[in-house]
Amino acid sequence: MISVRGLHKSYGGVEAVRGVDLEVERGEIFAFLGPNGAGKTTTVSVLEGYLDRNDGYVSVLGRDPADADRAWRSRIGFVLQECRMDPLLNVRETLELYAGYYERPRSVPETIELVGLAEKAEARAGKLSGGQQRRLDVAVALIGDPELLFLDEPTTGFDPSARRQAWQVIGGLRDLGKTVFLTTHYMDEAQALADRVAVISAGVIVAAGTPDDLGGRGDAPTQISFEAPATGLSEEMKRAAGGSWSGEDGRVVVRTTDPVRALHELTGQATNGDLALDSLEVRRPSLEDVYLELTGGGRDQ
Amino acid sequence: MSGLPLVFHQFRFEQKVFWRSPAAVFFTVMFPVIFLLIFSSLFGNDTIEELGGIKTTVYYVPGIITLAVVSASLVSTAIRLTELRESGRLKRVRGTPLPPWAFVAGRFGNAFTVSVLMVVLVTAIGRVLYDVPIPTTTIPALLLTLLVGSFTFCTLGFALTAFIPNEEAAPAVTNFVVLPLYFLSGVFIPQNEIPNGVLNFSSIFPIRHFFECFLTAYDPVTTGAGFEWGHLGILAAWGLVGLLLSLRFFRWTPRSG
Repeated sequence: MISVRGLHKSYGGVEAVRGVDLEVERGEIFAFLGPNGAGKTTTVSVLEGYLDRNDGYVSVLGRDPADADRAWRSRIGFVLQECRMDPLLNVRETLELYAGYYERPRSVPETIELVGLAEKAEARAGKLSGGQQRRLDVAVALIGDPELLFLDEPTTGFDPSARRQAWQVIGGLRDLGKTVFLTTHYMDEAQALADRVAVISAGVIVAAGTPDDLGGRGDAPTQISFEAPATGLSEEMKRAAGGSWSGEDGRVVVRTTDPVRALHELTGQATNGDLALDSLEVRRPSLEDVYLELTGGGRDQ
Repeated sequence: MSGLPLVFHQFRFEQKVFWRSPAAVFFTVMFPVIFLLIFSSLFGNDTIEELGGIKTTVYYVPGIITLAVVSASLVSTAIRLTELRESGRLKRVRGTPLPPWAFVAGRFGNAFTVSVLMVVLVTAIGRVLYDVPIPTTTIPALLLTLLVGSFTFCTLGFALTAFIPNEEAAPAVTNFVVLPLYFLSGVFIPQNEIPNGVLNFSSIFPIRHFFECFLTAYDPVTTGAGFEWGHLGILAAWGLVGLLLSLRFFRWTPRSG
């Protein structure tokens, strides 16, 4: 679907993208992650055919986006980061307008239904809430029945329930057989939606894989923590539970690759009444933990 | 869709948005009508000796038509395109299979249609209220002027958009360009009141030539078909300038952000 090798792009002597490689397979949801200024938008703009590159091989739907023609454009849908639909046209009219640009568009009422705007079909775009406008945006991206969709930060600025609804719509695209190239700031979004993710930082891809394996996350130790008991902890028990033990902010933290054994030992002691396990927490490293580590901590502007 | 049906599709939606926009309707349709009524009630009984003794109202009908067509073509195109560009819709349209020429043609169709309507409206008001004769023999010249003028002022609108940074600046920039030229070109003030030096200056720009074509078409002493080839030529040359500037500087992506 998408194949990129050695992509380079500079603006005025500054290298925004420095040799990016990407492969996106048909039918998958691919999430492209990275802090602002890492080269995310530049890469996407090249793939969408809006920006010329300096060097590298790029193929999208078997074509170089730099020579995009009508047939190619009709196979691709977009949700841009910033786009307000015409406030004077209603939802139905907006979709009719865009449907007219394609040879074989989807049905307008069905598409409205798909993004959950059926009740707002006759409402002007200017009167929709932020979340509804974004869904209209997704509907416009779908109206040409594209094989490939680029969604650039589709849920930025959404409240949690609007985000869940949008996720349902995007997840549903997979069922329609669409390929989705998603850029996002939200790790929970990538976790919930993506089949595979890639992280870009300072113009290069620093990690790629499934959300569960990214950056060695699959093999990373599980973290078990609880409030430090007043009675202290016996060395014998620590040995039996395994893992590496430390204390942080009045809590005991155990990092272990065998969490079942450690928990068995700890909870056994607790039920015997030998140990207090106040506010016990078991946590796998989240995608966000891995991401922050890969992109150099919390320096996201 | 493709070809002409696609252009018509684009045109139909441009029309829909135009008639729903209070600002567009007021400034393009109502404003010229109000100006015609004001000018005619202030100076309606005067005659202009330097122009063969025609009544001031006969002078103002082509003047107000000039105002309306420039407004429907240049002003509304520049304002609308800036809004489309800054809202991200232009970029979005560029990503669809709609060919750029069809988008431009839809915009031109909108300007031309509104212009024809304004010619009919202003001519009818002139006839009913002020007895201004309706042109007959000069109708082909009138239509050609309208066609060339719509084209020229549309391309200039596209070109001007490249120099407008954001939506807020759009009305100010376009009016800064056209408003002085209405006065200097004799659209608002009869030519005989304007010094020759000023008229020579305004003759560099297309509005005066456009107005001259209409004035001839409406002047009752005009004999023959009334084609002002010299003025039409300069008008068309400005259209070419606008076209070249647009091809060079027009952009589909937002300037801000």
